[in-house]
Amino acid sequence: MATTTSRRAAYEQKRKRRSIAVATVSSLIVVAAIVLLVPKMPRWDRVRHSFFNGERFWDSMPRLLHAFVLDVKIFAWCAPLILILAMLVAMARNSRSSALFPLRALTIAYTDIMRGVPVILWIYLIGFGVPGLGMDRPWNSPLIWGSVALVLTYASYVAEVFRAGIESVHESQRAAARSLGLSNWQTMRFVVIPQAVRRVVPPLMNDLVSLQKDVALVSLIGPIEILRQAGIDKSKFANFTPFIGAAVIFLCITIPLTRTTDYLVERERRRTTGTRVR
Amino acid sequence: MSNIKLSLRGLSKSYGNNTVLQNITLDIAEGSVVTLIGPSGSGKSTLLRCLNLLEPIDDGAIFLDDIDISVPGLDANPIRRRIGMVFQNFNLFPHMSVMENIILSPTRTLGIDKSIARAKAIELLERFGLGDKAHSYPDQLSGGQQQRVAIVRALAIEPEVLLLDEITSSLDPELVGEVLDVVRELKAAGMTLVLATHEMGFARDTSDVVCVLDGGHIIEQGPPSQVFTAPQSERAQQFLQSIINSGRL
Repeated sequence: MATTTSRRAAYEQKRKRRSIAVATVSSLIVVAAIVLLVPKMPRWDRVRHSFFNGERFWDSMPRLLHAFVLDVKIFAWCAPLILILAMLVAMARNSRSSALFPLRALTIAYTDIMRGVPVILWIYLIGFGVPGLGMDRPWNSPLIWGSVALVLTYASYVAEVFRAGIESVHESQRAAARSLGLSNWQTMRFVVIPQAVRRVVPPLMNDLVSLQKDVALVSLIGPIEILRQAGIDKSKFANFTPFIGAAVIFLCITIPLTRTTDYLVERERRRTTGTRVR
Repeated sequence: MSNIKLSLRGLSKSYGNNTVLQNITLDIAEGSVVTLIGPSGSGKSTLLRCLNLLEPIDDGAIFLDDIDISVPGLDANPIRRRIGMVFQNFNLFPHMSVMENIILSPTRTLGIDKSIARAKAIELLERFGLGDKAHSYPDQLSGGQQQRVAIVRALAIEPEVLLLDEITSSLDPELVGEVLDVVRELKAAGMTLVLATHEMGFARDTSDVVCVLDGGHIIEQGPPSQVFTAPQSERAQQFLQSIINSGRL
């Protein structure tokens, strides 16, 4: 049996070869169409000059990277705060004690209001409004209040993700934990939340990638981060290529981030489960 | 007569207008095996959940060693550590290994040192033929193995009473035996057991007291020899007849 392939293996191999062939040919046709047709457009030369200018690209790259450090910083302090706040909101909303009703009502109002208004509007309102109260440095910094706006809006989205995860853990898991003498809080901490978080990692990553991009919105109230720097370079040289540079830098961060999570999720799944349905 | 471990006095429970338990009175002696049988929906599982304080009761009282544990507002957690429970669907924590499942409560609620809890867990796992499974995850085990792990997990907090809620009902027929063997061993070791089951042969051979439940009432109560051969009430006779007719006894 070792030398001859089984009927099933032969069939699967044939099917696999066919799908690879179909995928290759169709991809080549699409790429060829873009490469051949776009340059035929009447103003392609001007677009190439103002968007895909190699010299401008490399010239602005160091400044863009330098400005991008601020984006990374904003992301780095916002992301953990968002996760913590969102988890607290989700837990408050899932609490069962009737004494916590006011807290539940408050969290519902919070998510409704924060999610119902565009992020950009919150950044303007909080970023310009709060410093207007006349606090001393550094508390009048638009950087701080822009970040606060990001944290408050994103936490409301992420809280809903966590809530969905918590509600997806079956009641019988809580019963088992309580029957072992675990308190309500211990049941959440050791049994419910670990399972909930594992289940929502993909949508969670979705929100974090989205945050990584929306950090650029803070530039609208002042701080010079990558998007604003690209805008400055654009005006200085009357060329749009710096925006392409900024896009490339964003992709360099977001793509590996997504792939790494996919890998981690898959590894966890393989570690804890048995055979998989094909 | 041995000590009464658990005593139920006129216990009643309803969900809205639906009465699920009515005036249940039952004494459970230390080291005895009490079996609840009866048709589906007769209240067996609800009764066990009430004994574990997972469901509050409406009326009556539950005494553990003569102490009323059904007082409203009582901290249930220390009591649940004295009354273990095993569920029909195992309810193992899928994100934890077998070892982590077992030592969670001892380390977190009893404050036992991790290395001591581990050593004890290994001892229990070996006793029930699961010595090589400590680092497996629940999804990698068969149903019978999962249920034995669930029993070990309940035993790890050294309960005085163990409640077993139809623990073989979701197992493949060939796996039922290995789990029932564990229950027999627990009985031999002197554990007080309260179990709901559909395994009539097992109930007859292993129980000290059998209770037949129907519509939230105990309609028959006594030693298996009496309940299975000479039931007093008409409904108990009907129920047992239907079991005999279906070839399950």
